[in-house]
Amino acid sequence: MSETPTYIGFEEYSEHVPVSIPSAVQQATNRFVSGRAARVAELPQWEELRQIGSDIRLHTIENMDVYLAQLEEKVIAAGGHVHWAETAEDANRIVLQLAKEHNVKTAVKSKSMATEEIGLNHALEHAGIQAIETDLGEYIIQLAGTGPSHIIVPAVHLKKEEVAAIFSEKLDMNAPTDPIELARIAREVLREKFLTAEMGITGGNFLVAETGTLVMVTNEGNGRMCSTMPDLHVAVVGIDKVIPDWESLTVFLKLLARSATGQKLSTYTQFITGPRREEGEFGPKEFHLVLLDNARSNVLKDPIGREVFKCIRCGACANVCPVYKNVGGFAYGSFISGPIGAILSPQMLGTQAARELPYASTLCGACADVCPVKIPIPKLLLHLRRRVAQGDAFALPTISAPIHATATLASLALAQNWIYRLGAHLLPILNPFFRKNNWLSGLPYPISRWTKVRPLPPFSASFRNWWKNVPLKKRNLRDD
Amino acid sequence: MTKAQLFITCLGDQFYTSTLQNMTRILERLGVELVFPPEQTCCGQPLYNNGFEDKTRPVALNFMRAFAKSDAPIIGPSGSCVSMVKHHYPSLFKEGTSEHALAVDIASRIYEFTEYLVNGLKVTDVGAVYPHKVTYHATCHYLREMGLKKEAKTLLNSVKGLEFISLKEEETCCGFGGSFSVTFPEVSRVMMENKVNDIIASGADTVVMCEPGCLVNIAGGLYKAGSKIRAMHIVDLLATKESS
Repeated sequence: MSETPTYIGFEEYSEHVPVSIPSAVQQATNRFVSGRAARVAELPQWEELRQIGSDIRLHTIENMDVYLAQLEEKVIAAGGHVHWAETAEDANRIVLQLAKEHNVKTAVKSKSMATEEIGLNHALEHAGIQAIETDLGEYIIQLAGTGPSHIIVPAVHLKKEEVAAIFSEKLDMNAPTDPIELARIAREVLREKFLTAEMGITGGNFLVAETGTLVMVTNEGNGRMCSTMPDLHVAVVGIDKVIPDWESLTVFLKLLARSATGQKLSTYTQFITGPRREEGEFGPKEFHLVLLDNARSNVLKDPIGREVFKCIRCGACANVCPVYKNVGGFAYGSFISGPIGAILSPQMLGTQAARELPYASTLCGACADVCPVKIPIPKLLLHLRRRVAQGDAFALPTISAPIHATATLASLALAQNWIYRLGAHLLPILNPFFRKNNWLSGLPYPISRWTKVRPLPPFSASFRNWWKNVPLKKRNLRDD
Repeated sequence: MTKAQLFITCLGDQFYTSTLQNMTRILERLGVELVFPPEQTCCGQPLYNNGFEDKTRPVALNFMRAFAKSDAPIIGPSGSCVSMVKHHYPSLFKEGTSEHALAVDIASRIYEFTEYLVNGLKVTDVGAVYPHKVTYHATCHYLREMGLKKEAKTLLNSVKGLEFISLKEEETCCGFGGSFSVTFPEVSRVMMENKVNDIIASGADTVVMCEPGCLVNIAGGLYKAGSKIRAMHIVDLLATKESS
């Protein structure tokens, strides 16, 4: 997953979704959906919280430079180090440099979308440093050699039998299919890594500018091990994760766990402000924060598109998305999947590589209903479709020539009612050739893309004549 | 006398003549004097949803001019097409222009059929008789963009003989999505099949909805699955007078 994809073929992938994926994904996401609904129902002020969360995120997006400067100052004041990474390569280089300076042979990692984004594991591997994922889901997909297929449950596409098979093969053992046993095996392997690793690498859920605090919201305890056991802790975090203060943090902590896993609060919520201050205190000797830009500054220039950075990475949009639930996360071709991926990737990777993604939605709107920070996902999908179809101040159009031509013709025909009516008059000519049991099937391209899935009713278009020829008093009769 | 203009939608026009006739009958029976502007074609949503805002504009102008000849409310049998006009037309034109003013005016007086009956005419019983087990699919734009959560069910509740059966995942998209269905046919297929399976499992003999597009998808899917369940537009159910 380290290389930036040159083209994301959503449609092509969607034609060959492995059969086991939808049922595995739905099993997990349905559980999250009902958990979320139960937690939300307990909180009468939920809608108000969403609005406040949305307002704070918008405010932060609009004043990001101010909060980032404050954050840097506070992290340094707390004894930490701040590194600015303009690109993914810069971020990898910074982490590698730190690893070399500290003679690191093994690094333990907790789940982090930012390091997935930059392909840090690859970079470390290339430099001969062993990077071990310690989140169970991440550990599984690292063994399997794939990227994550869900924001918060990276191995959601795998069933326990598949996980057992991966463990058996990669760990050279006979792994049972019992999830508790599998977790025990992973814990045993990982415990030793925690004890020997010279560097812990984490991401971060929020960065509190007011005090320079890194906030990590986790459930397995591995994040705490990674950030406290090794002497060197490096956090790689996107600049969009900054929030103004602790008061805002209380809002997001209420929104995040409920939306993500249906918990009131995750098992571990960690607040890390700098390294340990004196011998005997808990924590690493050195704390480094790598602030990742990687195209974010560019996206921030677009007043509509930048709303994507309100995202707090809960995954609720994917959990309710009927498209995601039937294709899984790999269809989105990047580190982040689901509806949020469909509006983030086209902005971060460009509308050439990711031009199919804004269209990979029925615009049903279920995602926007559950988004804890009210990202208007359908509106952003339309915004990016416009970028693909006709271009805007940020990108040239990337739509294919045949679709562009079809749209031009359709526009012409639909704007002139005589052309439309001529077409409506001619279409029924097709009926006798394709009709069976009052349905049309096997129609030629491009309607074949419809009829290969289900038939089409016969073309009728006779209302206009009926209206014109049947007088008012006879319209109520049934047999006309 | 109450006046209204008929917006038949291009899908309705192509495939559902009898539904449009039934919409006409129900409204006229309720004493509404109807106008049908023949210049109407399509609301332009297929172009708009594919990102062709520029190419949507002339289609929207055609629509607006067709319905500007009367100041009567505009009634359409589709939550999606009505939402396009109501929620997206004003954004197509620059504020301060006459087109924008017209778009705002048109948007302010367009209603989905059940919305117009229940909230406009305050009618919840149209005298329909339909002694069947009926389940309901909440179509996405009707539900979420138009915010119509109760209207269809209120009308169904007054139909004599009708036994209402809740549908599992009632609010989950059927996979139509306009051009989505032909852009990603395999995803559309599995979403449609999930919906059809839920409908079959409900035990109903009829599934009803307020959207011609989703109806084409679901009715075709039921036929392909070999099911005898009738997929109906709510207009057709409400026009039923005796058991059929």
